[in-house]
Amino acid sequence: MEIEQFVFQLFVIPGTVDSNHAIKNIQMFCEKYLKGMYEIEIIQINEHPAWAMKENIFALPLLIKKMPLPEDRLIGDLSDTNKILKMLRIES
Amino acid sequence: MVNREDLQQKNSNANHENTNRFEITKAKTGIQGLDDVTYGGIPENRPTLVVGNVGTGKTVMAMGFIINGITKYDEPGVFMTFEEKTDELKVNMISMGYELDKFISENKLYLERLHVDQMEIQETGRYNIDGLFIRLGAAIEKVKAKRIVLDSLDTLFTGLDDKILRAEFKRLFFWLKERKVTAIITAEVGKFFLTRFGLEEIVADCVIELNCRVHNQIATRRLRIVKYRGSYHSINEYPFTLDQKGITILPIVSESPQFIVSSARISSGIREIDEMLENKGFYVGSSILVSGSAGTGKSTLVSAFAEDACKKNNKVLYCAFEEAPNQIIRNMETVGIHLKNHIDSGNLRFYYSRPTLQNLELHLITIRKIIKEINCTVVVLDPITNIMYEDINSDMRTMLIRFIDYLKIEQITVMLTATITTTSLQLIQSHEGISSIVDLCIMIEEKYIKNRHKKFLYVIKSRGINNSKKDYELLIDPGGISVSPVEEEEHGIAKNIMSYP
Repeated sequence: MEIEQFVFQLFVIPGTVDSNHAIKNIQMFCEKYLKGMYEIEIIQINEHPAWAMKENIFALPLLIKKMPLPEDRLIGDLSDTNKILKMLRIES
Repeated sequence: MVNREDLQQKNSNANHENTNRFEITKAKTGIQGLDDVTYGGIPENRPTLVVGNVGTGKTVMAMGFIINGITKYDEPGVFMTFEEKTDELKVNMISMGYELDKFISENKLYLERLHVDQMEIQETGRYNIDGLFIRLGAAIEKVKAKRIVLDSLDTLFTGLDDKILRAEFKRLFFWLKERKVTAIITAEVGKFFLTRFGLEEIVADCVIELNCRVHNQIATRRLRIVKYRGSYHSINEYPFTLDQKGITILPIVSESPQFIVSSARISSGIREIDEMLENKGFYVGSSILVSGSAGTGKSTLVSAFAEDACKKNNKVLYCAFEEAPNQIIRNMETVGIHLKNHIDSGNLRFYYSRPTLQNLELHLITIRKIIKEINCTVVVLDPITNIMYEDINSDMRTMLIRFIDYLKIEQITVMLTATITTTSLQLIQSHEGISSIVDLCIMIEEKYIKNRHKKFLYVIKSRGINNSKKDYELLIDPGGISVSPVEEEEHGIAKNIMSYP
């Protein structure tokens, strides 16, 4: 069976507390639960304001799960591991 | 106009001297009346909060502020909507007279919709609304905006954590201040504003509340300045209207009336009445009440006055609350008063409305708008009693005083008619009110003398004019109006008026 691949986009503003936490938290989370089956693209939204409109962003940090479908959105510093697991439908 | 602005200047200057506060600069909203009640507009480069329930006109007011900024003050604007789609917003605003596409194509206006779907949002810890700031920043940059609107805040923040919200509200207001844009932020009265949360106290320098109340089955929108840090402001509620020309607020001018008092005179249109008034007629800018029971010829006197003023090239506004304009024109033809050609020449304009359609204050707003539009110098209200309900608790009298004060400041002569008689004065309290606020009062009474109905006319009150104390007989026939002094022996019979305010 083919291994399911997770694709994430994380929108952050570098240097802010919440964003720094979010980057650290998602990396730790993925290493723990999704090792070898994930991709994370970290987007510095302040450098690309046009994306903010395209993705209809207002709260940061924002994690979008692009794959597998359906697309899901999580806001916050990703400190609530149980919520992420619930969204990814992973049994802990 | 000129003197009112001077007045405001004086007011705000006086305010500074008294309080010794920092100078607060103001940005004109360009909305009729709003700049009057705020004494010059909303705080420049700062956020103003506009709160009100659904359908009270927040969006229209905010859009008016942006559009006026572009058209009147050369300040580009951003309108950020959290509710309507931008296409829907454009369509809705066309009915208010705002053509948004034109300004968008000229790169003076930028619309953006930020839609928040609560179902999509899941929280996983601490977050902030920096994404909104990035979008606002980009939008402001796009058109080099000096004005911005966020409509409305509740929609954006529903479903989010209260603690985070409080902090983020504050950040939003500070962020806007830092950007040095004049902002209007709308919000509904509810959880966060004008309630126990009282967020407006912390965040905004200026808070305006809109509401809509129904009284006698007539809905009236009202506006109140709840708070204006660092500036004098009126604390009253003011009625306002929304229509094809946007939003209009009935301003107050009576707070400290300093009228220009004119010594110029204007003819009553009837030679004999002018003769009673030092041979010169009324003062320009004064208010004249013609009063009497039904069928005594009030409308005829008013029409004669209007016709004569038109002939002398005054712009005249005839507000008819009883007869339709066509009817008035036809009826006046029979006594030799010709109004039709003055309508054609543009000197005469009719405003006709049945009293039940709107209440007094809305009539006055509409009338004021027409006055500005045609720049008129003579106004006729026929009859005023039709738009005044006998409700003692209502503030009809105040409204009328304000309106007459406004006309006085604009140096507009106003003639009102009313079905007030000596009897009704004792019965209906509001009637006494009307006659005491006008400058000059002409009373017509009908008497049955020697098998004939006769009309008698007296000048009861005339401020600043040494009027004739005689009684006159009024005769209206196809030849026109004639007024002649009453013979001595008839006098005693005709005169039974004891006192009149």
